[in-house]
Amino acid sequence: MSIEVMLNAAGLAFVVAGAHWWQPDGQVIFIFILATAAAEVSVGLALLLQFHHQNKSLDADAASQMRG
Amino acid sequence: MLRLLWLIPAIPFASSIVLALVGARISKKIAAIIGVASIATSTVISILLTWSFLGSSLPKNSYTQVLWTWINVAGFHPRIAFYLDALSLVMILVVTFVSFLIHLYSAESMLESEGYSRFFAYMNLFVASMVTLLLADNLLLLYLGWEGVGLCSYLLIGFWYSDFKNGLAARKAFIVTRIGDTAMIVGLFLLFQHLGTLHIQELMRRATEQWPAGSALPIAAAALLLGGAVGKSAQLPLQTWLPDAMAGPTPTSALIHAATMVTAGVYLIARTHVLFTLAPPVQLAVAIIGAATLLLGGCSALTQPDIKRVLAYSTVSQIGYMFLALGVGAWAAGIFHFMTHAFFKSLLFLSAGVVIDAMHDEHNIFKMGGLRKELPLAFVAFLVAGCSLAGLPLITAGFYSKGLILSEAWSSPQGSAILWLAGVVGVFLTALYIFRVIFLVFFGEPKTPVTKRPAYKIKIPLVVLTVLSVVGGFVNLPPVLGDEPWFTRLLHTALPSVGQEHFGLLTEVRSEEFITLAFLVGLGLAYVLYHRRRQWVEVLVGNRAGKALHEFWFSGWGFDWYYDKLVVQPVMWFARVDKSDAVDTFYNGVADLNKLLYRGLRRTENGQVRWYAASIAAGTVVFVAIALFL
Amino acid sequence: MDAMFYVAAAVAILATVMVITRLNAVHALLYLIVSLLSVAVIFYTLGAPFIAALEVIIYAGAIMVLFVFVVMMLNLGPKTTEMERMWLVPRMWIGPCILSAILIAEVAYLLSRAGVAGKGTFSVGPKKVGMTLFGPYLIGVELASMLLLGALVGAYHLGKRERLEIQDVVDSDATRIASGGDLVRPGVGGPSRAA
Repeated sequence: MSIEVMLNAAGLAFVVAGAHWWQPDGQVIFIFILATAAAEVSVGLALLLQFHHQNKSLDADAASQMRG
Repeated sequence: MLRLLWLIPAIPFASSIVLALVGARISKKIAAIIGVASIATSTVISILLTWSFLGSSLPKNSYTQVLWTWINVAGFHPRIAFYLDALSLVMILVVTFVSFLIHLYSAESMLESEGYSRFFAYMNLFVASMVTLLLADNLLLLYLGWEGVGLCSYLLIGFWYSDFKNGLAARKAFIVTRIGDTAMIVGLFLLFQHLGTLHIQELMRRATEQWPAGSALPIAAAALLLGGAVGKSAQLPLQTWLPDAMAGPTPTSALIHAATMVTAGVYLIARTHVLFTLAPPVQLAVAIIGAATLLLGGCSALTQPDIKRVLAYSTVSQIGYMFLALGVGAWAAGIFHFMTHAFFKSLLFLSAGVVIDAMHDEHNIFKMGGLRKELPLAFVAFLVAGCSLAGLPLITAGFYSKGLILSEAWSSPQGSAILWLAGVVGVFLTALYIFRVIFLVFFGEPKTPVTKRPAYKIKIPLVVLTVLSVVGGFVNLPPVLGDEPWFTRLLHTALPSVGQEHFGLLTEVRSEEFITLAFLVGLGLAYVLYHRRRQWVEVLVGNRAGKALHEFWFSGWGFDWYYDKLVVQPVMWFARVDKSDAVDTFYNGVADLNKLLYRGLRRTENGQVRWYAASIAAGTVVFVAIALFL
Repeated sequence: MDAMFYVAAAVAILATVMVITRLNAVHALLYLIVSLLSVAVIFYTLGAPFIAALEVIIYAGAIMVLFVFVVMMLNLGPKTTEMERMWLVPRMWIGPCILSAILIAEVAYLLSRAGVAGKGTFSVGPKKVGMTLFGPYLIGVELASMLLLGALVGAYHLGKRERLEIQDVVDSDATRIASGGDLVRPGVGGPSRAA
């Protein structure tokens, strides 16, 4: 969720920049960010589901088998 | 003929290398032949050289043979060169000849020991180093020989290395002489720094030109060289190693620790006599050390039950006589005593070896007795050598050499009555302790049966040395007994004569008379105490004062104890304290720091996504900051 | 126009703060939706109506709905709420707060240097955006479509029910073989035969 917030904020910055210079480029980049966010969300949530299935909880620390 | 000089050290050196390389694979007979023949060749060449040297008249009475330049760096270019003058000639003659006899002896006596060829390799290396030392024309080459004999001494004392005690004795010898060697090398540095050369003759010349007598530099240099001599010759205060060095085989004790290596110090002082003349306080110190050591050695020899230790302390004492001679400026007399001492001391050791072997390795004189019938040759040899050692008047070599020293001690400008008196007391002590041994070992009732008798390879050296112990003194007859100081005259081509002699109360004859008196008193006392009334000795030692004195003398006047408390214990304490090594802590600290950092970094690899994300975020912040502000 | 901007901005900030402080995931999501809607309003005031619409339709409409579905599927109960309460303690958020503070400071510094940006009163219409999208940014479009394709395949794959249990993977030879990302076996389904 925080990632969504962040991506949103970055997109906002781009759009503002585009509006300042009266170019459409800011909006174009926002569209790309949107697409990226969508892709990332779908894959991320799928991973989240897997994680929950394996560890029965959402504690990120439970997935520390790569520790060394 | 003189050009054969370089062969004298080269042949034993080559044979020692041969023996070291192939010794394990050749038979004992071949090893003995190689070992003995090389020394025999050196001896023959020395004799030929003597003939040639005496016959010709050489410029400056010396002959130098340069082989090559050893080192050439920044104005320092010592050469491998051999310098033959009367002093070195006499010394190599005695050394090679006595070495040859001892090698012949050991060819038979070492047959039962393991490491036969190793023994000859070491002995030959020793002779090569000793001759190098004697013939060196510069102090660096001399130091090479010096170190070489020290090494061989270590190797030979610890020859039977499977017994740990021998290794300890060898180590002690090496360390104590090392102290002297360090002093010597510092002296060499000093000499080079101020005089610019280590070539002996050149050095002496420059020293007389540049250094006024009695100034600080010659005193420092001479004192440092004296330190080296004291270490090698087992004088006060570095005499503690010699009695323990008796752990080595008897031929080793005879050769190294009686006749040759221990006289290297005497040779050094004689060779650099100019320096000592320029430093009167140091020369006086030489005399005092000599006098003190001869008394110390004599007293200690009186209390030893081990026959070889008696002889070891006796060596310490006799070299004290040589130092005394050098200290009062009687250079030739010191060398004369060296020669006679080489004969009778090695003979004493060799016959003691026969006795020990016959008694099946028994060293304790109180367990021996009545051997004069069982081992007649050893008896005669020991007796003659003992009389020569004590200075039996007129017919022994020791009498002439000791008499010369003592009369010079009285009459020389640097001599004094006290030194003379010390020498006379020393004669008394010498007679006492050596006849103690003779009476205890060869007279009285037999205590241990004889198991072995010597064969011809042992008998020949004994006979030859016996003869030499008698006639060896006749090369220098004092004025009253024929006035033929041939030996000293020869040596005066290389060494200065004593200087203005003043006799005062005591003429040479009188001095000889006192010596004779001392000898007779000592002999008589020994006869009474050890032959007739042995119980008086028990009484003397039984009471408290006597017991304390006996203990004190037995331990060599407590020097081992002093050194243990003064040097060994502090060093061990420091080693214990520094067990984790302060210097190592730095290097270990670097490693430990690395380990610490590693452990810290390891904790970041915890597999937790949260942590990774956080570190990425932190990193990003840092990089942004860098991009902005730098 | 200004007033609307400030109101919408305040709502956005407030909603976002609520997102990160809620214990219940669904509450947080709903606040996130509110935040997105207010950002859409901000876009409109900035003169980007097309983007505002896209924000509402795609972001708040599709992505957030997906989020809600998944969260509902996880069926988080009161236990999770308890865990969240345990984790929402100062000790946990002080670190990120410090880092964020540094970042905010840097941004503020940058902005202060950059000068004041004026507000554009002229709006950029959808037609212009479309022409730019299929003009200079054509490659980006293609790449985005490939990205979406990859996400589609990945999500489908990861979402399958029959998965290897983690224990099988730990014990099997698969962990010893050095291969990249082979945690998931392509699938005929069923536990790995290498176990």
